[in-house]
Amino acid sequence: MLALSLEEMRAIQRYYRSLNREPTDVELETFAQTWSEHCVHKTFKGIIIYDGEEIDGLLKSTIARVTRELSPEWCFSVFEDNAGIVDFEGDYAIAFKVETHNHPSAIEPFGGAATGVGGVIRDILGVWGEPIANTDVLCFGELDYPYEKLPRDMKHPRFIFTYVVAGIGSYGNNMGIPTVNGAIFFDEGYVGNPLVYCGTVGIVKKSRYRREAKPGDVLLLVGGRTGRDGIHGVTFASAELEEGAEETFGTAVQIGDPIEEEKIKRAILKVREAELGSAITDLGGGGLSSAVGEQAHRFGCGARVHLERVPLKYAGMKPWEIWISESQERMLLIVPPSKLERVLEIFEEEEVEATAIGELIPERRLEVYYGDERVADLSMEFLFHGLPRVRRAASWSPPELSEPHFEAGNLGEDLHRLLAMPNIASKESVIRTYDHEVKAMTVLKPLQGEACDGPGDAAVLKPLRESWRGIAISNGLNPLYGKIDPYWMAASAIDEAVRNNLAVGGRRIALLDNFCWGNPEKPENLGGLVRAAKACYDIALAYETPFISGKDSLYNESPLGAVTPTLLISALGIVPDVRRAVSMDFKRRGSCIYILGETRPELGGSHYYKLKGYLGRSVPKVEPSRAKRTFAALTRAIDSGLVLACHDLSEGGLGVALAEMCFSGNVGARVELSLVPAPQEMRADFILFSESNSRFLVEVHPEKAQEFEALMQGTSFARIGETLGRELVVTHNGRELLREHIAELKRSWQSGVVL
Amino acid sequence: MKPGEVRILVLRSAGTNCDAETASAIAELGARAEVVHVNRFIRGRRSLEEFHGMVLPGGFSYGDRIRSGAVLAKLLSHRLRRELQRFVDEGRPILGICNGFQVLVESGLLPFGEVGQVKLALAKNASARFEARWVYLLKCSATPFTGKLPRVSRMPVANAEGRVVFPPGEEQSLLEELEESSQIVLRYCTREGEPARGDYPANPCGSFADIAGLASPEGTILGMMPHPERAFYRYMYPDWTRDSALGMGDGCAIFEGMLEHILKSQG
Repeated sequence: MLALSLEEMRAIQRYYRSLNREPTDVELETFAQTWSEHCVHKTFKGIIIYDGEEIDGLLKSTIARVTRELSPEWCFSVFEDNAGIVDFEGDYAIAFKVETHNHPSAIEPFGGAATGVGGVIRDILGVWGEPIANTDVLCFGELDYPYEKLPRDMKHPRFIFTYVVAGIGSYGNNMGIPTVNGAIFFDEGYVGNPLVYCGTVGIVKKSRYRREAKPGDVLLLVGGRTGRDGIHGVTFASAELEEGAEETFGTAVQIGDPIEEEKIKRAILKVREAELGSAITDLGGGGLSSAVGEQAHRFGCGARVHLERVPLKYAGMKPWEIWISESQERMLLIVPPSKLERVLEIFEEEEVEATAIGELIPERRLEVYYGDERVADLSMEFLFHGLPRVRRAASWSPPELSEPHFEAGNLGEDLHRLLAMPNIASKESVIRTYDHEVKAMTVLKPLQGEACDGPGDAAVLKPLRESWRGIAISNGLNPLYGKIDPYWMAASAIDEAVRNNLAVGGRRIALLDNFCWGNPEKPENLGGLVRAAKACYDIALAYETPFISGKDSLYNESPLGAVTPTLLISALGIVPDVRRAVSMDFKRRGSCIYILGETRPELGGSHYYKLKGYLGRSVPKVEPSRAKRTFAALTRAIDSGLVLACHDLSEGGLGVALAEMCFSGNVGARVELSLVPAPQEMRADFILFSESNSRFLVEVHPEKAQEFEALMQGTSFARIGETLGRELVVTHNGRELLREHIAELKRSWQSGVVL
Repeated sequence: MKPGEVRILVLRSAGTNCDAETASAIAELGARAEVVHVNRFIRGRRSLEEFHGMVLPGGFSYGDRIRSGAVLAKLLSHRLRRELQRFVDEGRPILGICNGFQVLVESGLLPFGEVGQVKLALAKNASARFEARWVYLLKCSATPFTGKLPRVSRMPVANAEGRVVFPPGEEQSLLEELEESSQIVLRYCTREGEPARGDYPANPCGSFADIAGLASPEGTILGMMPHPERAFYRYMYPDWTRDSALGMGDGCAIFEGMLEHILKSQG
């Protein structure tokens, strides 16, 4: 199970011919791990011919280019480490990383999701960070998917949903890291390929950030013991899920132990504070083979490893199995010999095993021993530069779609049904199984409002006891738009992540990208990916929101076909004073309701169309210059203390956002649709449910209305109504379109997704 | 004695995870809080004698293997038995929060302050799942910890095993005994202060008799499922944005009461 291409095999063959010997099994496995899509991201770094245009490295010419061109001084470390790191306050910086754990979660949802969380937490430990919050975004097939349509060997979405949620809760809760933000999206395209995005935020001390290993330093393997679990995880992740995958890859799923990781965390933070380590990385995909090789490569040297020293869960493992096992809760510390004794003491105090398994060497070679036998001896140069660059063809043509024609129905009824759609409905039953407050830093929680059950736009944390400065964590995800055009899906995901962040008072936003796509060797799959990456460049550059980290998971294919191409954008913003953070619930009666931004007839991929059984083609677009004016004005208004409540408009548009603000605040509202700024004449139902980007609803005290309006000058905005009573009333040119009691609306919203 | 001289132990073990915020709550009231691993006491490097009071914070001690809190409780009641009994007998206060409450019950310190005498259990929640939510608590009797707590207070729970259960057949007699000696300190209630009467989610765990917190007969040991350290400041509340007052939260009173009791009893 090497999952190498013919061309890669040939390069390896040439290497061994020149050495005039046969490769060992350990060496072949080392290539398979180090050269896997999962570890080197061949597609994103290769050459892509996209409809005649040659793209030399998609990552560096789109996503990483945004950061290069903006080069903000507050970016401390981007794209080169286990996580992206940005300045926070003084010596403190914030690290953020989002990973996927899709294939394991499809086969064993509890273990797959739990170890996904455990893995991304180790990414934060791997930058000397203290993990403080998790964010998890999940995509499943629809929960009522008919059993008879389900292929053999495939688990039902309801089963996967239940156990993925349990796995995430179990790991985060046990480790004491709050799960503060997330999303759950349901679509038929995830039946065979559920997506599990796990993210962790951590605090880094810049003065304790050590990356200075040198030859002679000791390789210290710390944490759990090594077993056969998780063998071939990365090659598994880099292949399609076929029938029988459970048999072939049963060992690829790992078993998690959050308490072990909690102990490792304590020990590592002590080593950090005492400045005893010279480098650190996690053991993730590829196990020791990747971690040791990458660290030696990073410090321009080689490494010698003695596999017989690795503590095992049980006897009888072959050297190559030890070398590539992905057993969980393990980290690689690099320690100068003079500090080793003190480091070992620290691990002993925390009851964590720590074993010196080798050292860095000046020769640029990777030498692996098992007892006296040398089981691998590789040139670092060939291992890290011998991989032939992939060259892939990509093309994209717009799908043949049309706008539907239908009459508007009963809008009150439609609003109730929209609120109950699983993608819009309350996720409270899931959120309450995650501890979202441990550490007592969560200032703006995922559930907000009068009864503490409204849907917050972003979480706000106060990471330091001695400072009011906070961070805002949000995300954006619009897979339905991708079915029309991946470019506008990506643009919309960025816009959504950014506006969620702005809505609570965040700014100076950094982004993370996580692509989950089908097989990139199919040109039409890759074409969509290229379009999405191009939008990332265009929109993030215009918004001045640099990417600091990202990941791609390709080959998400199952017997039901490719996954719905999905881009998750995660956003990390700064809230200068958390006491100014804004929640989304209406606060009082008699307030003015404003809409910011323009509403256009953009219902392609909207949930209103989906409700009516259509996809459409008028996908929401983004106008960065117009949007930026709105964003800046909103931030000024929040900073001036004029905003009582703010909510972004997303799935279900104005209608859903209004309803959510009403029932979360236990206050009704009356709104006139003809006042909504729109560049062209629109049907009332389209105004109410369009999903145009860059829009917000804002509640303002009537005494502050004038001041607010003055701040909003030069942007598209309008006062569209007021808060009053216990009903939501929507009129169009004075004609009443809907009148619904907010308690009833809430009931519909709470009925949609039940764990 | 000055508040700055009060030394509080925040005892941790593998899997403890609320120690930092708990210690910080105590420190913000001016006392000295120190987080120490239980192994340091077992190995004789530290002594419980050094401390005026002790908090067992929340978390999943030793992964809650066997039962919640059971492993740490066994370590305490066997390896530190004499030291601990002396700590209790001298009336030095012990506060157990969430997993700490489970440890107190598993070790026998609650309800009767007798190491090794297990009288009740904290079982899996009636909902069969982890419950992270804010609750209302009714103060039912006064202890050193609850003197400053309002009659109805708010704090969050976050646990999968917070359901107080009494031995079958002894429910009524034990309840009466505990009520008589004013050991039932906190009960889950509604926003208006009416007893939850077992209703979910006001009583989120399905606790017998709505019990959220129990004390020893002398009141110097308190175990509670809700987390006072997460309700220490108003900005930690889930709905603080609806309220302009940003001061201390209800949880603060629990720690304040503990410190004042120490100051009073130490003279």
